[in-house]
Amino acid sequence: MNAYLPLEAEVVERLQESPSIFTLRLRLTDTAAREAFRFAPGQFNMVYLYGVGEVPISIVSDPHGPDLLDHTIRALGRVTNGLSNLKAGDRVGVRGPFGRGWPLERVAGRDVVVVTGGLGCAPVVAVINYILMRRQSFGRLTIVQGVKHSQDLIWRERYTYWRGLPGVQVLIAADEGGPLWPYHVGLVTDVFDRIAFTTRTAAMLCGPEPMMLAAARLLTARGVPENDIWLSMERNMQCAVRHCGHCQFGADFVCHDGPVFSYPEVKPLLGRKGI
Amino acid sequence: MPRDGLQGLVEALHVSGRRCFGPQVRDGAIVYDLLPSAADLPSGLHDVQFPGRYTLERHSGPRQFAWANGPQALKPLLFTPRESLWSVARADDGRLQFREDLPEVQPFAVIGVRACDLAALALQDQHFLQGPYRDPYYARRREQLFLVAVGCSHPAATCFCASTGDGPRPQQGFDILLEELDAGFVAYGASGEGRRILETLNLAAASQQQRNQAREESEHAAAVQTRKLPSRNLRAALFANLDHERWDDVAQRCLSCGNCTSVCPTCFCHSEHDVAALGGQKADHVREWDSCFTRGHSHLHGFTVRPDTRTRYRQWLTHKLGSWHDQFGRSGCVGCGRCITWCPVGIDITEEAAALGGQSG
Repeated sequence: MNAYLPLEAEVVERLQESPSIFTLRLRLTDTAAREAFRFAPGQFNMVYLYGVGEVPISIVSDPHGPDLLDHTIRALGRVTNGLSNLKAGDRVGVRGPFGRGWPLERVAGRDVVVVTGGLGCAPVVAVINYILMRRQSFGRLTIVQGVKHSQDLIWRERYTYWRGLPGVQVLIAADEGGPLWPYHVGLVTDVFDRIAFTTRTAAMLCGPEPMMLAAARLLTARGVPENDIWLSMERNMQCAVRHCGHCQFGADFVCHDGPVFSYPEVKPLLGRKGI
Repeated sequence: MPRDGLQGLVEALHVSGRRCFGPQVRDGAIVYDLLPSAADLPSGLHDVQFPGRYTLERHSGPRQFAWANGPQALKPLLFTPRESLWSVARADDGRLQFREDLPEVQPFAVIGVRACDLAALALQDQHFLQGPYRDPYYARRREQLFLVAVGCSHPAATCFCASTGDGPRPQQGFDILLEELDAGFVAYGASGEGRRILETLNLAAASQQQRNQAREESEHAAAVQTRKLPSRNLRAALFANLDHERWDDVAQRCLSCGNCTSVCPTCFCHSEHDVAALGGQKADHVREWDSCFTRGHSHLHGFTVRPDTRTRYRQWLTHKLGSWHDQFGRSGCVGCGRCITWCPVGIDITEEAAALGGQSG
């Protein structure tokens, strides 16, 4: 078994999510490999663009349909810009899934607060989708996001849709609002006061490290135990199999020990520059 | 084993179907390469090593291993500096066919492996073979390796293997151990195959006096080492000192060139990239040694996690002497001193560790 070797996959569909964000729906072309493929939300694949290279991309589709694998990607670098030009029928390489995903089975039956920052975050979309597909198995779902300007919110229609679902609370704060902005104008810390925290609340965080650190502190201040706070970390990845050394965060290899960590696991170094 | 028995050993290894690698002089340094005969060994030479300095000096004695080490030993033979992992062919209809490029490796032997190199090999084995994913490229080479260790009688001024507990006498992980005396070698067969090869040489048993002399020389080689690393686990101290001013101090001296990571026998970082054929129908996916001293090492979509020399040197040292303990159950330093010798500005890991591994400041 050579974990370095990709499998061929076909682009089934390409969806434009925002001007720079798109989703590739992929299907492994080898039948046996496709039938054997299983993953958990929060795990990622290495997606290979022919002649250019590989990038780690979180799988956002539902684990109960592992024959189709959705990868939401922002066009930023050489590989992701190339991937954004693909269309249905094109071929890529895929190897995975890698890493440790979200502890969704562990938090079954509980309220879940999802906090994202920056410009949106694919790994927690997997959490949201997972919970919405299994609505009876979870308590209240709260989605929290802070943005600088209301225009920075991508997937605005998706938030509007989530907001209309029973048992779902969407709390978005923009430092600067805009016309028809239905959410909070002000600091994201303000909206935490609108969440009804219980002893059964678990939190899933994704975004820039300073934002996750701030959110983790706000959550613990409101009584969420540190052990019930989970974060998705990001580092440069080349191999995804714990060998290349690029993704180290202290003693952890993010590709294997993460990308999802519990807050106590990363707390000593979280937010420290240059780690 | 008499001194001329070395040629017999080289021939016995050849007869056993192995290619033979060993130390020899090239470009003013001792390097490990294919060894046609024992006559190619670095006879009558000492190495003189200081921070940022490596020279070879003649001596009149008969010894062929009266030196400590060169810039590399085993690492490039197993974890190769550059190799293709797989290649991919693209058909006219766009279909991709992936093919793994596993190396075909003949059995090979390395003569003259030092205790520090064996300790480093054990760490590389742990990293590439004993983790959750086995590296098949490394494994192919490792499976074919036969090791002839040679105890160190002449450590360099940069050596500190005695303080890390890794030398100067090889303890385990070899097939044959040689301890050099003026008259020849005390030879030990450690593995079944090692003993079988030695038996074909019809050697006389070493005398008790010869064994004692070898032991005394080894003890002397430990005693004359002046540099040392603290033997305790520095992890807590280093991570408590992340804001220590010494990081700024060393960053003023460090060129961020990556020489230390290249010569370090335990550094394992590598990057991967594609090399596409000009015709566009094929690409090779290549891995290459990388260094935590490069900008690209910590690049993350639009920003660099470690943008300056201060954070890069800190990453190297806190990993090597700190978080390595969590990952491997021991420090990542085997006391070979290569990073000191081959640093262009002579930064000394033992000095930095002493400054940073003490009380927080």
